[in-house]
Amino acid sequence: MSRRIKLHEIAHARAGDKGNTSNVSVWVFDPGDYPLVKEQLTAERIKAAYPDLIRGAIKRYTLDHLHGLNFVMQDALEGGVNTSLGLDSHGKSWSFLVLDLDVEVPDNRAG
Amino acid sequence: MLRLGCGAGFSSDRLEPAIELAEKGALDYLVFETIGERTLAFGHRDRQLDPKRGYNPQLAARMRGTLAACKRNGTRIVTNMGVANVAAAAEVIIDVARAQGLSGVTVAAIEGDDVSDLIGPDTVLFDNHDKTVAEVGRPVVGANVYLGIDAIIPGLETGADVVITGRVADPSMFLSPLVHHYGWKRDDWQKLGQGTLVGHLMECGMQITGGYFADPGRKDVPRLAVCGYPIAEVDEHGNCVITKLADAGGMVTPRTVKEQLLYEVHDPAAYLTPDVTADFSRATVQETGRDRVSVANGTGHKRPDKLKVTVGFDGGFFGEAGVSYAGPNATARAALARDILRERLARRPGFEALRIDLIGINSLHATAYGPRAESTDVRVHAAMRSANRDDVATLLWEVESLLCCGPAAGGGYRGQITPSVITHSALIDRDAVRPSVKVLRA
Repeated sequence: MSRRIKLHEIAHARAGDKGNTSNVSVWVFDPGDYPLVKEQLTAERIKAAYPDLIRGAIKRYTLDHLHGLNFVMQDALEGGVNTSLGLDSHGKSWSFLVLDLDVEVPDNRAG
Repeated sequence: MLRLGCGAGFSSDRLEPAIELAEKGALDYLVFETIGERTLAFGHRDRQLDPKRGYNPQLAARMRGTLAACKRNGTRIVTNMGVANVAAAAEVIIDVARAQGLSGVTVAAIEGDDVSDLIGPDTVLFDNHDKTVAEVGRPVVGANVYLGIDAIIPGLETGADVVITGRVADPSMFLSPLVHHYGWKRDDWQKLGQGTLVGHLMECGMQITGGYFADPGRKDVPRLAVCGYPIAEVDEHGNCVITKLADAGGMVTPRTVKEQLLYEVHDPAAYLTPDVTADFSRATVQETGRDRVSVANGTGHKRPDKLKVTVGFDGGFFGEAGVSYAGPNATARAALARDILRERLARRPGFEALRIDLIGINSLHATAYGPRAESTDVRVHAAMRSANRDDVATLLWEVESLLCCGPAAGGGYRGQITPSVITHSALIDRDAVRPSVKVLRA
């Protein structure tokens, strides 16, 4: 059996910007959770969750030995820091959009 | 072992932890990194308004706080606080040195990042669907190429106490002292890649010592209010330990280091700088003690043939204004105010790109979420950019008019108009760029 939890419970993340491209790196707290996060947190998943905000392609890079994923999201900042009319024109808070997604974890998962 | 400190990771970064580093860090080099895409645009805007401005607004304060201690301790300063006006910035440093009685202080001013002459109407903007400069349809206010170690090291070779630049690749300010001190070859891509990794980790200051990290209850950071800047201890191979002053707040852990490892990185195996195609994909991160994290196994490949240029365009005027609603039914009253603004402005030409957010409901991710919940404290925030200042002023007037003409109990109007620069990116041939160095003495 499994249950759904917020990614925020098992991972941390940081957002960065270059022009109109945002990248969010995601790191699990416990390496034991890395396989399930890697399996469930796909580029397609993020694109489907925020189609209006992240308008371009998303590419995912993996750093297996450090238990981290890097999502590079094109056309994701309403033009970029000097063009966007949004309050968070850097997209600093995009990391917590990703951490707000659900993941399925086994019921018997420790912690 | 070379000891590098970072005394600023962005334009408005704090001063007093930099003073602490200058006085107690036993540093060989103290680096102040203050340019981003946003602040470079501000530099051009400031220089347009006053030809004697355009450098970092905190330059004089930072020099007053650290120059004497650095001179006393044999610490050399490397900084890009010249932003859009390196020559004026170098004079400011000389003035500070004289005012503090530090005669003999030398400043090496690195120029050549202004490549406005190399940008024409046909220049292609690779970040703007390959449109040309002419197709943007706005005046160019500045164009700056990312210089690298080839531009900075000649400044170090003069023996200057301070090396000041405009736009350079951020990691290059840390890589330059390493190459200069250890005599690394300019095509030793492995060492240049690892040294670039050191610079990349350091260049955002506290983002590796606990800043931009804390999430209470989940990622707690000790004494964040007095967070310290980072120190890198780097050996002749480029292997480093990231640490901080023992009595400073914050922390250095594998988690803070890993988050910074990929900050603003796309392909971890191909991080492009003017110096090297750095490869962080096999980098190792290991805790070796309290607030001590060792980073190794960065590498690299041949440097790119082309250099990146940030092209700044006159963006007209940016205006924003807001008014707040609180208490019962605040969300509905704020939504009504938003709808009134839309109705009154939508039919007028020039207001097509108006954006209105409800702070307290969905202000940061308006396009990602619908309203999720009722809030009893909601601020209507409207923003637009226009070449026509009168249109922006009209927006502010319309928002302010809601106080008497809008929903019940709207208060707290604020509005402001600021000149705006927008930026895009182009590539130019490395060979076309001619950096220079000029030494000034106090």
